[in-house]
Amino acid sequence: MRYLPKSPAERQEMLAAIGVKSIEELFSSIPERFRLREPLKIPGPYSEAEVIQYFKERAAENSNGYTSFLGAGVYNHLRSVVTDAVIQRGEFLTSYTPYQAEITQGTLQAIFEFQTLMCQLTGQEVANASMYDGSTATTEAVLMAERLTGRRRVLVARSVHPEYRDVLKTYAKNSGLHVEEIPFTASGTVDAKALQAALKDDVAAVVVQSPNFFGVIETLAPLAEATHASGGMLVVAIAEGVSLGLVRPPVEADIVAMEAQSFGLAPSYGGPFAGVIASRDKFVRQMPGRLAGQTTDAEGRRGFVLTLATREQHIRREKATSNICTNQALCALAATVHLTLLGKEGLREMAQQNLSKAQFALSELLKIPGVKRMFDAPFFNEFVVEFPRSVKLINAQLLRDKIIGPLALGTAYPELTKRALVCVTETTTRVEIERFAGALKRALEQPI
Amino acid sequence: MNERIKKATTHTNQNEGLIFEKSSPGKRAFELPPLDVPAADPTKALGASHRREGVEGFPEVSEIEVLRHFTRLSTWNYAIDLGMYPLGSCTMKYNPRVNEFVARLDGIATEHPYQPQELSQGCLKILRLLEKCLLEITGMDAITLQPAAGAQGEMTGLLLIRGYLEKQGNPRKKVLIPDSAHGTNPATAVIAGYEVENIKSESHGQIDVDKLRDLVTEDVAALMITNPSTLGIFEQRIPEIAEILHAKGALLYMDGANMNALTGVTRPGDLGVDVMHLNLHKTFSTPHGGGGPGAGPVAMKKILEPFRPVPILVEKEDGRLTLEPVRRDSIGKVKAFAGNFGVLVRALAYILAYGPGVRQATEDAVLNANYIRKNLEGVFDLPYSLPSMHEVVFSDSIQKQNGVNTMDIAKRLIDYGFHPYTTAFPLIVPGALMIEPTESESKEECDLFIDAMKAIADEAATKPEIVKTAPHTTRVRRLDEVGAARKPILRWKPATPRSEAAD
Repeated sequence: MRYLPKSPAERQEMLAAIGVKSIEELFSSIPERFRLREPLKIPGPYSEAEVIQYFKERAAENSNGYTSFLGAGVYNHLRSVVTDAVIQRGEFLTSYTPYQAEITQGTLQAIFEFQTLMCQLTGQEVANASMYDGSTATTEAVLMAERLTGRRRVLVARSVHPEYRDVLKTYAKNSGLHVEEIPFTASGTVDAKALQAALKDDVAAVVVQSPNFFGVIETLAPLAEATHASGGMLVVAIAEGVSLGLVRPPVEADIVAMEAQSFGLAPSYGGPFAGVIASRDKFVRQMPGRLAGQTTDAEGRRGFVLTLATREQHIRREKATSNICTNQALCALAATVHLTLLGKEGLREMAQQNLSKAQFALSELLKIPGVKRMFDAPFFNEFVVEFPRSVKLINAQLLRDKIIGPLALGTAYPELTKRALVCVTETTTRVEIERFAGALKRALEQPI
Repeated sequence: MNERIKKATTHTNQNEGLIFEKSSPGKRAFELPPLDVPAADPTKALGASHRREGVEGFPEVSEIEVLRHFTRLSTWNYAIDLGMYPLGSCTMKYNPRVNEFVARLDGIATEHPYQPQELSQGCLKILRLLEKCLLEITGMDAITLQPAAGAQGEMTGLLLIRGYLEKQGNPRKKVLIPDSAHGTNPATAVIAGYEVENIKSESHGQIDVDKLRDLVTEDVAALMITNPSTLGIFEQRIPEIAEILHAKGALLYMDGANMNALTGVTRPGDLGVDVMHLNLHKTFSTPHGGGGPGAGPVAMKKILEPFRPVPILVEKEDGRLTLEPVRRDSIGKVKAFAGNFGVLVRALAYILAYGPGVRQATEDAVLNANYIRKNLEGVFDLPYSLPSMHEVVFSDSIQKQNGVNTMDIAKRLIDYGFHPYTTAFPLIVPGALMIEPTESESKEECDLFIDAMKAIADEAATKPEIVKTAPHTTRVRRLDEVGAARKPILRWKPATPRSEAAD
């Protein structure tokens, strides 16, 4: 087998050195009756070429050749080939969690740079590296607020990503948290009046997303004010990080939970991505996840170490801030490289293109009889449209034109049937937008 | 020059500051295609109050500077691609490059989790085949691929147990965890809403079965066991342990972190285990990437199947696959979307490359650990003498007599060209040296490691100072961790922070 570096003779030599006659003897501690006698029934062995062939065949059964208008927490953005060149260097790819700081300064400094970039983006003071994704980051942010406030009620806006809310509910159920949902207004933003009515002095966290699941930007200052007045913490989730190139960061938030997928990570059918928690310095000791800190060695040279480990499970065991161990380090590195490549101007320009194309797409769609925009608050690169008939039927038509249509909202929001969430990024060309509008127009002209 | 250091020599590497320190306005490393629609006015579109002018402090550098920056940083890392990485319980094995290649294919990396399922059959077939392979390897009945890492797998497993017990009327209160367990186990039990009760190991490092019998009451939901244990020893009485638990209605959870010792040789499902997680970034070779991403599938017996996280992958009669979003008894979702798909792809590529021959990998891993054990026994103290599987745990008690501890020896290994083994874990061995070579090491690399360990043991006896002050060849020496934690500096700030001055 090509991955195994031993010849039969070397194996024999090693067995002899150990003082056993056969490899079987080394497994003698496994009771005889439980040792497998038959080979496992799994396919293979495959040569490298066969492995590639298998996956190319599977790839061909997917969506190659289609233009997609899906976003909803997973975004298709330009990615430089430089990012992959960096993260495929074996020194990054095949290195372990940097507990041995002297020989992992590369990873540690990159994590420190990641933390800095995340602080700059979110307007927060400290950021961890990293959580599994936006959904678990949001959940861990709520658990952090619970520890900081000692309270158990959580108010989460219904305009937060449905899957983030689902994950929060799974974790909450056994942590004694009570999760209540706050409706959205006709503008698509969180209903501040309903929030105010639900806010009492037992609320640990108010969770909103911005841009929210409908693509709409929330006005955070009054939400923060109301939350803080009742002694709770404002958690702001961000699923589309590119928005931060143009949209004011959530400086009013006590904790920001961000999905970093938009920063150089492929959609990859939903993962691996990287979650981030950013917050205030004063809350750092209740933060979950890994943190790299700057320090010096005996000779005064700058270096980096994993720090504040007394929060973590390998030291604190059942008293840890989280059970997270393995995180999404290589994804965080990809985001670091990607954002460094984009830089200040590149990120601004990317955000500007997203905004412009989404505005253009909306104006094209609104030209189609029967298509209306739902919600009127400002949006970034996603918006909700209302159709005169079922989104499912329309999308089935669009598929014939090799277009993957917008996300039907009726599944997650029963009151939003015939509404769809359209996403347009800098990767969507004008031609594709016009083709989509044309196909949609034709689809709506078809008799049902 | 120390001639006993055979594997490594020092060489020049490049200094490099923080990327923010290289930044200069106007430089850029990325250009977008020109905008092909009318440019929107951000103030008009977003409203002035939502508008941001740009990210303060963001780097402005060129492409070559970015590439050099990260390439230079990379050379400061040790990696499996450079040599043996004997971190006990971490299973740092070779990460085949073809796995990286296939995970990046168009049609694999490009797929959106919400695209129509008829356009996702390739993705779903990959998931289905991986499920089948992992079920065959573990001897279990059902599986979920959703958890993002081992710790999340543990949580999922305990929530399955909780769901099952709740359905029977009582979720129970406690989870039993041996004192040799990974720290994630107790941290996870708390998240799943259970109290932790630690069980002390008996004198050979195994679960004390008699004590267990007393501890298992109707209050106990489960025992979390690691097999082989963190001492690298197979829990021989595991079927009996399962019987004790089952007799009281409790379940047996197995932490599969050490599955590299068992794959193709024995199956947890056959041993009486009810539910377990696998660390695909350990046993199934997906790269550790400096701390992730991983994946922590959870395999289970039939009784737990109804409680799996949604969506559930289902094979229709016509052979088509779908993800079903709703199940009445499901514990819910533990992560958005369908798991760390890209990691699952890599794990399947690994399994297909071996096929049933994966048993040979297990055998070589156990062979390597025992070869190292045989050669270092006596040089280092072996606190537990039961047969080793994939890893061996020594203690520093011999070297301690000269004031040299496990961390010193580990740091000195760096000078000899190796990554340290796992230090100070498991907690039941004071001053532990936990060594897991994996199957990826040749006899030559094992011999070099053994030589290095013997040379360090000699140094510890004759000139302990050199060990206690190691490493001597790295670009930084031991770093001030206490200072780092006392006054944390967790982000770069410009030399004269204008915003703070304004405050």
